[in-house]
Amino acid sequence: MFKDLFENYTWEDVKKSIYSTTTTEALRALHTDKRSLDDFKALLSPAALPFLEEMARLSHESTAKRFGHTLQMYAPLYLSNECQNICTYCAFSLDNTIARKTLNDQELITEAQALKEWGYDHVLLVTGESAKVDMPYFIHALGVLRPYFSHISIEVQPLEQHEYEQLTEAGITAVLVYQETYHAENYKTHHPKGKKSNFQYRLDTPDRAGAAHLHKIGLGVLIGLEDWRTDSFFCALHLDYMEKRYWETKYSISFPRLRPIETEKKGHHDRIAFNTSMTDRELVQLICAYRLFKPEVELSLSTRESERFRDHVIKLGITSISAGSKTNPGGYAVEADSLEQFEISDDRSPKAIAEMITSAGYEPVWKDWDRALGQKPSNERERVENK
Amino acid sequence: MKTLTIAGKEFNSRLFTGTGKFSAGSVMRQALLASGSELVTVALKRVDLHKKETDILSFLDDNQFNLLPNTSGARNAKEAVYAAELAREALGTNWLKLEIHPDPKYLMPDAVETLKASETLAKLGFIILPYIHADPVLCKRLEDAGVAAVMPLGSPIGSNKGLKTVDFLEIIIEQSRVPVVVDAGIGSPSHAAAAMEMGADAVLVNTAIASSENPVQMALAFKLAVEAGRMAYEARLAPVRNTAHASSPLTAFLND
Repeated sequence: MFKDLFENYTWEDVKKSIYSTTTTEALRALHTDKRSLDDFKALLSPAALPFLEEMARLSHESTAKRFGHTLQMYAPLYLSNECQNICTYCAFSLDNTIARKTLNDQELITEAQALKEWGYDHVLLVTGESAKVDMPYFIHALGVLRPYFSHISIEVQPLEQHEYEQLTEAGITAVLVYQETYHAENYKTHHPKGKKSNFQYRLDTPDRAGAAHLHKIGLGVLIGLEDWRTDSFFCALHLDYMEKRYWETKYSISFPRLRPIETEKKGHHDRIAFNTSMTDRELVQLICAYRLFKPEVELSLSTRESERFRDHVIKLGITSISAGSKTNPGGYAVEADSLEQFEISDDRSPKAIAEMITSAGYEPVWKDWDRALGQKPSNERERVENK
Repeated sequence: MKTLTIAGKEFNSRLFTGTGKFSAGSVMRQALLASGSELVTVALKRVDLHKKETDILSFLDDNQFNLLPNTSGARNAKEAVYAAELAREALGTNWLKLEIHPDPKYLMPDAVETLKASETLAKLGFIILPYIHADPVLCKRLEDAGVAAVMPLGSPIGSNKGLKTVDFLEIIIEQSRVPVVVDAGIGSPSHAAAAMEMGADAVLVNTAIASSENPVQMALAFKLAVEAGRMAYEARLAPVRNTAHASSPLTAFLND
């Protein structure tokens, strides 16, 4: 289990080590072919920041070699904003008294059709964590949505291994589960109430998903909670562990920076913006550091980032991108004004993003998976095979 | 230059190509036309029959191209067999590039599952071209299973490192009863020429063309290199010697 490895590190030691990286160490990490976790640490340290242009060039070259001149298009599809957790940064937090919504069958279809109209074939299903939106709901929703999409990922509460197996059976290909922060003590202050407040259970989740033999697992930390460099080191440690332990699974990394949320508490309406303490330069540094560390990892960029930033950064290591995203259930076609999880920053349409990608000399890829893959053959096929 | 025959089909070009990683469908089409390639592999997972006008296949409708669907994404024999059946239905061909790489990091082919899948698919009437390690024994096993050709790798896929497995490729070429197509790792036209000079029946190239700054020109460069390599092979290269051949001090006495 990852926790056995994780326990060998302390937050403070890692942080100290990152911030005491020397220029020599940063340059050595830059000018090597196979990079270790220590090299990753050096590349995300402040000491590497002066070499950002060269990092970007190497990252661009490495990505083009491995992924070609393509970008995978995906969209999030929020199924529900009901949630029994309290998370200080999320609009779905239980203590936010804005009305909640969970999509029914017809609404799921309406939303799916809206995304199909735009050309989407890869979709990410997102929910909060509540007793109502549970395994039976997921299985049912997958039954409704499966005919529409070739590639379905989910970002829901941590589940058990057998539940991930059931969801795979029901049609998912990938699970995204972000640790939010690897700072075990402060995790509790960001997640004071609900099942999510259990740091350890969340930390073990990628192991459970890996044991379920998923095709893809997405990891990440929420940028703006704790020191992003230290958190990203732990995320990379987790990634490295997962690649070795669950070697038949593909991995993706996201770097969500906190975005403003709308809240209503005791009748008082508010909009809260967060200081993520990470500059655009630093986010580019992080993207490049991941690419140089792991040439094969998928790096995903969402509409949390601005138009200008996204236009430039797609060439620097990113492999998948969302567009036209709505972070509220029903946001595409059913109920535009329901409670959203956070404000997006780049609100251009998928068509506009696809055109931007094309004019940058890249191909937007809408389909890169097939429902046939990862499915168990029917009994009839088994018989043919055994002949 | 002799034509190449695989499963009864004749090919004038010995350069097979891939369709991934291109910056646009139109660029891919131009590059593949320039390459002269008559066999192009397409991942089933990229094919979207619901979007006929914009789908990858719409750029491959030229008579020059024969499609070779592949099972990329399959992690075991069962998944590959299922994907193969769907590919046959979707693309209307029983030709198949069998790819089973459970390891998504280096995309190393799985010998055990590939052999298993080949045995099943041969019975189902597929013309199978399996992507494999440069493993001479595995090649013989696959031959026995009924594959139409073997596709050993030159080096890790996408690495552009060339013929790192050269010693094993030589054994495979020497022993094979089916055509040998060197797949994966060919990063430059000189690598392709070297494979052809060795006696490979064909090569398959994707990344080196698609990821180049000028895919059309690079495709043409590969076309020429493959032709040059093949011609040299057919013309039989003069033997390589370490020393000049001036006299025969050890056996000259026999002439006295």
